Amino acid sequence: MRVEGSIRFIILSEIVFPILLLMFGIYHGVMQVLYRAGIIKADSFLGIDYYQGLTLHGVINAIVFTTFFAVAFGNGVVMYALKKPLRPAVQWIAWILMVGGTLMAAWAMFTKRATVLYTFYPPLIGHWTFYIGAVLLVVGSLLPFFFDWIPNTIAWKRENPDQKIPLAVFGVMVNHTLWTIMIIPVAIEILFQLFPLSVGLVDEINPLLARTLFWFFGHPVVYFWLLPAYVMLYTMLPKIASEKGKLYSDPAGRLAFVLFLLFSLPVGLHHQFTEPGISNVWKLIHAIFTFCVALPSLITAFTVAASLEYTAKAEDPSVRNSKFYWWTRLPYLRLEGDKWLFSYLFAGLVLFFFGGITGIVNASYNLNLTVHNTAYVPGHFHTTVGGLVLLSFLGMSLYMVSKLRGTDVKFKGLAALAPYFWMQGMFMFSYAMMVGGALEGFPRRTNAGLTYLNPDSPLYRPEWVGYAQLSVVGGALLGIGFVLFLIAFFGTLFAPKVREATIEFPIAQAYHDAPTPVLNNLKGWTVAAVVLAVLSYIPPLYDVTQRGVFHNSPAYNEQYPIPLKQLQQTQSQSDEKLSLKEER
Amino acid sequence: MDRAERNAIATAVALLLFFFVLIVYAAKGLRIDLPTCITDVEPFKEGRLIQHAKDRYELHVVAKMWLFDFNQGQTEIEIPAGSTVDIYLTSADVVHGMHINGTTVNLMAIPGTVNYARYKFTKPGVYHVVCHEFCGVGHQAMQAKIVVK
Repeated sequence: MRVEGSIRFIILSEIVFPILLLMFGIYHGVMQVLYRAGIIKADSFLGIDYYQGLTLHGVINAIVFTTFFAVAFGNGVVMYALKKPLRPAVQWIAWILMVGGTLMAAWAMFTKRATVLYTFYPPLIGHWTFYIGAVLLVVGSLLPFFFDWIPNTIAWKRENPDQKIPLAVFGVMVNHTLWTIMIIPVAIEILFQLFPLSVGLVDEINPLLARTLFWFFGHPVVYFWLLPAYVMLYTMLPKIASEKGKLYSDPAGRLAFVLFLLFSLPVGLHHQFTEPGISNVWKLIHAIFTFCVALPSLITAFTVAASLEYTAKAEDPSVRNSKFYWWTRLPYLRLEGDKWLFSYLFAGLVLFFFGGITGIVNASYNLNLTVHNTAYVPGHFHTTVGGLVLLSFLGMSLYMVSKLRGTDVKFKGLAALAPYFWMQGMFMFSYAMMVGGALEGFPRRTNAGLTYLNPDSPLYRPEWVGYAQLSVVGGALLGIGFVLFLIAFFGTLFAPKVREATIEFPIAQAYHDAPTPVLNNLKGWTVAAVVLAVLSYIPPLYDVTQRGVFHNSPAYNEQYPIPLKQLQQTQSQSDEKLSLKEER
Repeated sequence: MDRAERNAIATAVALLLFFFVLIVYAAKGLRIDLPTCITDVEPFKEGRLIQHAKDRYELHVVAKMWLFDFNQGQTEIEIPAGSTVDIYLTSADVVHGMHINGTTVNLMAIPGTVNYARYKFTKPGVYHVVCHEFCGVGHQAMQAKIVVK
């Protein structure tokens, strides 16, 4: 499908802009392993503090990059699959909000006004631009959904009353429905707690309520990252593997997406297992729902493997009767056509296998006590969001850029190798983090090079050295993988145009298909998801507002152990004294 | 859905159920349970170690930027092996985390609330305690020790 003018610019820039920021985000990821291993023994390096960089690493990689990509990908998929144009006015407003919000938050973070990490737990508080920037980014990301995708889907449905909406569009719609719901609690937290506290409208807030509202958003958001990758695995991976490739089962895909919609929301307490002020009965109930949300991933594991088996056997009939040998017929490292994209999805899948298993460990109620907030946790989520999600987003970004620019993919060999460097690096990094965290208690979010990993410090912990050093090797490989990707990405972006600009995706047909009227009723499932989420959150919200919290807390910043207000008063007093002295 | 698909889903459900039964057994049978909502102890201002019996202690910990107050400002305490300790934890300023390495004591310290865990220190040795939640520029030096003799 041809695409021109502002829509082409918007989708293209929604890919390029966050990748420019991602270059910094991943740069600081590599720096972090150096700090943590004691190779850099300092608060800061090249003008960026460790914790400031950690904030940027989390916000850019996990919020900005993913949100922009989800919008660009959704725009592309809805446009291509429904063959309907997008509305430039809607897209421009969304674009301005998203880019403007990101720049606001980036200013606050780069100028050290919001060193609060990606989870921004109060009573640590940052500059108000950080919070409002985040709100603008997410509000902007909702506009295309409400004013482009929904009306286009309804119109398509009217024109094709006896067809199901295409699975790719179905997945994108489920994903943005989830996104809309999960934004509500975090928007309440920001607009009614953090923003008023950061500008001084209120003096104190309830930090445990803020955390509970944050995780009401903070776990579902991982599925918002994951579902675009699942859309690719279901609808595109088989077609990339072979022209004859097919999706094993279309209803299984829809079932997985609906299960995500239902069970992604009532799970946030599994991030708060070790917290006071919440009855552990509700923690156990959220653990049950977290196990439920593992189910669609297990279904996906089966369907993706079955699709690949069908595809490999269709491509090469000589392995038709083999149980396992078909694995050797997949295009792991091939450069003809768009087969390079297979590397990204495959390397991502391998990492995600471990991400899923280690995620079940996190969800496992009391088992969480041995891993909570240790390095195990980043070890886990770097194989999910830093594995399948990142690799599939990078691969698809490169693919979409080559189509939207009408260029050939340049340095294809590097492009196809990059995800394997990334995969190997991530294996080493995650292994080191997970084992060091779970067995030795190596904490996350800690500039360990100053103390625990510094042989000259009285706090030196030699048992952590080996793990920290292994994570440096992993981090270096990750850095190399990303540089290889960047060479191919910018090579392709600036290559001469050889075709007309299009938006297109390699979408596979389904091998098994059946009408699925119950699953297609997204309105009904959305209502059910909201009801389940609200019910599962009423008791914990009652606990954190009425029972477990004795008093509210004033704001602090990360520099001083005294409340911000007191600090500002003493500062203004000393300023007055100084000016008095000068007058004399 | 074909048979292979049904079998795969059934296996997945059975596996998750099996895990879940083990968790509930560990929580209720082995009594390795999560902290719950404490409503009868108010947040305190000072850390204290109180001995109730030869092998029974009560430890009030105040986490603050950037130290753990275990006993009137001390960050190191000594208890005999075999002691059972009731640990109460609160925060005087921002959110902190307290992990006693090598144990199942892993608690968040949130201002305005009290967290609680019970642990029996059977093995003698030095138990390192680290803050594992970002709490400001001194976070990487926020640690303590429990010496079990």
